[in-house]
Amino acid sequence: MDKNRFFFQHYGLTERNLEQYLAAALSAGGEYADLYFEYLSSTSLSVDESMVKSASQGISAGCGVRVVAGERTGYAYTDDLSSQRILQAARTAALIASGPAKSPTVGFQEKATRSLYPVTLPSVDAEITAKVELVMRSDRAARAYDPRIKEVRTSYADELRNILVLGSDGTFAEDSQPLARLNVSCIAKTDGNSARGSAGGGGRVALDFFFGEKTPEYFAKEAARQALLQLDAREAPAGEMEVVLGPGWPGVLLHEAVGHGLEADFNRKQTSAFAGLIGKRVASEKCTVIDNGTMPWRRGSLNVDDEGQPTQETVLIERGILKGYLSDKLSARLMGMADTGNGRRESYEHIPMPRMTNTYMLAGQDDPTDIIRSVKRGVYAVNFGGGQVDITNGKFVFSASEAYMIEDGQVTAPIKGATLIGNGPDVLTRVSMVGSDLKLDEGVGTCGKDGQAVPVGVGIPTIKVDRLTVGGTARKDASSFMQ
Amino acid sequence: MSPVELESRTSKIATDLKELAQDIVRLAMNSGATAAECVVREGDEFSTLVRLGQVETLKESGSKAIGVRVFNGKRAASTYSSDFSREGLDRMLKSAIELSRITSEDPYSGIPEPEQLGSLFNDLDLYYEDVYSLAGEERISYARRTEKAALDYDPRIKNSEGGSFDAATGHKVLANSHGFVGEYCRSYCSVAAVPIAQSESGAMQRDYWYSVARSLSRLESPEQVGTIAAQRTLRRLGARKVKTAHVPVVLDPLVARSMLEHIFEGVNGDSVYRGASFLAGKLGEKIAGERVNVIDDGTMPGGFGSAPFDGEGIPTRRTVVIENGVLRSYLLNSYTAKKLGLQTTANASRGLAGTPGISPGNYFLQPGSKTPQQIVGEIKEGLYVTEFLGHGVNLVTGDYSRGASGLWISGGELTYPVEEITVAGNLKEIFFNISEIGNDLEFRGSVACPTIRIEGLTVGGE
Repeated sequence: MDKNRFFFQHYGLTERNLEQYLAAALSAGGEYADLYFEYLSSTSLSVDESMVKSASQGISAGCGVRVVAGERTGYAYTDDLSSQRILQAARTAALIASGPAKSPTVGFQEKATRSLYPVTLPSVDAEITAKVELVMRSDRAARAYDPRIKEVRTSYADELRNILVLGSDGTFAEDSQPLARLNVSCIAKTDGNSARGSAGGGGRVALDFFFGEKTPEYFAKEAARQALLQLDAREAPAGEMEVVLGPGWPGVLLHEAVGHGLEADFNRKQTSAFAGLIGKRVASEKCTVIDNGTMPWRRGSLNVDDEGQPTQETVLIERGILKGYLSDKLSARLMGMADTGNGRRESYEHIPMPRMTNTYMLAGQDDPTDIIRSVKRGVYAVNFGGGQVDITNGKFVFSASEAYMIEDGQVTAPIKGATLIGNGPDVLTRVSMVGSDLKLDEGVGTCGKDGQAVPVGVGIPTIKVDRLTVGGTARKDASSFMQ
Repeated sequence: MSPVELESRTSKIATDLKELAQDIVRLAMNSGATAAECVVREGDEFSTLVRLGQVETLKESGSKAIGVRVFNGKRAASTYSSDFSREGLDRMLKSAIELSRITSEDPYSGIPEPEQLGSLFNDLDLYYEDVYSLAGEERISYARRTEKAALDYDPRIKNSEGGSFDAATGHKVLANSHGFVGEYCRSYCSVAAVPIAQSESGAMQRDYWYSVARSLSRLESPEQVGTIAAQRTLRRLGARKVKTAHVPVVLDPLVARSMLEHIFEGVNGDSVYRGASFLAGKLGEKIAGERVNVIDDGTMPGGFGSAPFDGEGIPTRRTVVIENGVLRSYLLNSYTAKKLGLQTTANASRGLAGTPGISPGNYFLQPGSKTPQQIVGEIKEGLYVTEFLGHGVNLVTGDYSRGASGLWISGGELTYPVEEITVAGNLKEIFFNISEIGNDLEFRGSVACPTIRIEGLTVGGE
């Protein structure tokens, strides 16, 4: 084991220490124990009224100890990385088990891992003045875009997360995970009318990412364009209709409609609407859905998950048939399935669980313009805010922030933001066309589950859903009137 | 003013953190800061989840962290750390001073004036050691009993995401270079159950119920919580879609809170001075129905949103936000107050880093006189919402569109469950269209709202 690495250098850890901590964790029995060391440094800057009003930096470090006994998990953490406090946490977590002490495997083994985000200078260590320049440039670009852009807020945040995971089965994994994001939001105003727009992006990238193709100006123009467009938006329709989703961020549909429902913990506990559907049809032939943690530079990617398992590409739905779940170590063991490397956690204070990485649908054969042309009357949604799902009854929503009417095969007027609602296990069976234009999002997604937030990616080609409920307000679209 | 010493119900307060916060402020001033503010937060948490009678997770831990905000004239910056070693604290201070050279001069920035600072002296009844008084097995038993009550309630409750018991205590210290130093402790405990019911067709529904209190002695019984969770879940079984309609909508208290939160976001000084709220510039104007009275009160004893001082060290207070439908006050911290030429309402919230934000104290809609049954009883056809999904709310325009589920009202009665529908309108009209307010105000958190009836919404369905 290479002792010249981050935690060994910073905290004087030794292999003997680590074995001692794991032994303490298994002192009351239990099948498995692991240690998760985390050292997170972060920077954030925000510009409002063209002033850098806020700049902050911080460091958060700690160690979480987990003991697994059957389906039971004991967890304790400490932000003091002294031997005494880690041992105390290990003994607390150990209390979940009740039996004779077990011994951890002697000697740690490190698996070969990818290097998906090899930055030479992590953005968190880059010159702060360069970051100030980024946010100021996006502020100027948004204001210069159009005189109706009156309010602009831009922000930049980056972090570098160093982790070390050690398991009583000999697991040893280290990773250094950069993450950066630039965001622009603006408000357009005319007499008596205002509207907002926002855009942003990033990934597990160095600062130079924002000096290449995805410049501050790129995001600023996009945010300004959306705000201006919304000034003229008319009321969205209400009720069931044909919906075309544009490529990229609308993939949030997959994240909500099927992704969460396919996380192994919900299926192990039979609490998901997808439980027991492996091998069954849950989507049309045209749909193949993938979760892939191995895409270079992506926000949702990881060399190893937070349990030390290398990430992978997992087929969730293949040509409409449900193929698999996303699992962590616990669910993999209890369900007798492979660990797909999806065990993630927000920080050392949290217990890992199955989570998505980058989730997308493979490109199909249809020409995106044909897809729009095929719609008599419907909605074309190209940008979304967030979404939410109730995994037990399968109902999910996602909220369009940029959408248009389609009338007689033509994209016509922009419409106001509206929530779309559907049923996860059958919405994809109504996908009748899949475009050839798969795109991933710009790198803005954050997913929440059980109060834990983790960065994710989504993607989708242009698709047509034959029937989806659109939550607008337009009265003339009401198909019936009650009372 | 003189530094404020807080009375405390407990000897557990570690006064060394107070000295530490003052030391950091002094060191920042010695390093060239023109003003400084330091926050220290320390907390313990315990949680257990029992699922199908078996312990699934047990978690127990504590942590602390420190943050400093420094001013270099009118330039501000902040840093934080979980490392309390000498080197860790030195590095935190040094980076803060360095960062404060690159931010912009903002004429409105700064810590509050000395005469604004202070702390309430009365006991706010926020801390009870008894949240940790249960032995390990008893804590598990609270979680187990809560789930069991739900599982035993009806044979259709076939599965569960578990019953839980959580306890936590937090200790906050704030010091600044105008001589303020204050601290307080708060405790918290809760039980909850998340049962799953299954119909004959195999379709599943999930719902939940919980009780939360500052003292174990005020927690509702696990049996009561489990029973209500089961009832809330069972009534969703067999839910169907409805046709798109324009009908009166009644929000149950749990979901009605979200409307109050939208009002909060609308009167939040940060959105107001930027013109990012549809309520900006409406002080003194009618923005809601005649019966709407909204209060924010950080001083309520035992309240989940109570504290002796806000995130900037200003004593908390009671603010009338909306009176008989007229907007009387925004909710502000000292920065947004200065920007708007108003007085702060002591709603500053202070995280470890960044500039102070704004958060409500105990924030509620004053109850009316009708029971929820009376409100529903007056409706021929309508929707009773028990859950919203998603966040389709635009504060700039007021446009509102969310997923919903609940029960259909027919002939003044709750009839069958409905789901996969949307509720849409515009907040500007929604607040005016609050036509009935129930008498069932109850705090299960810092924001509370009785049952409300709203006219003019579009229910989107088939």
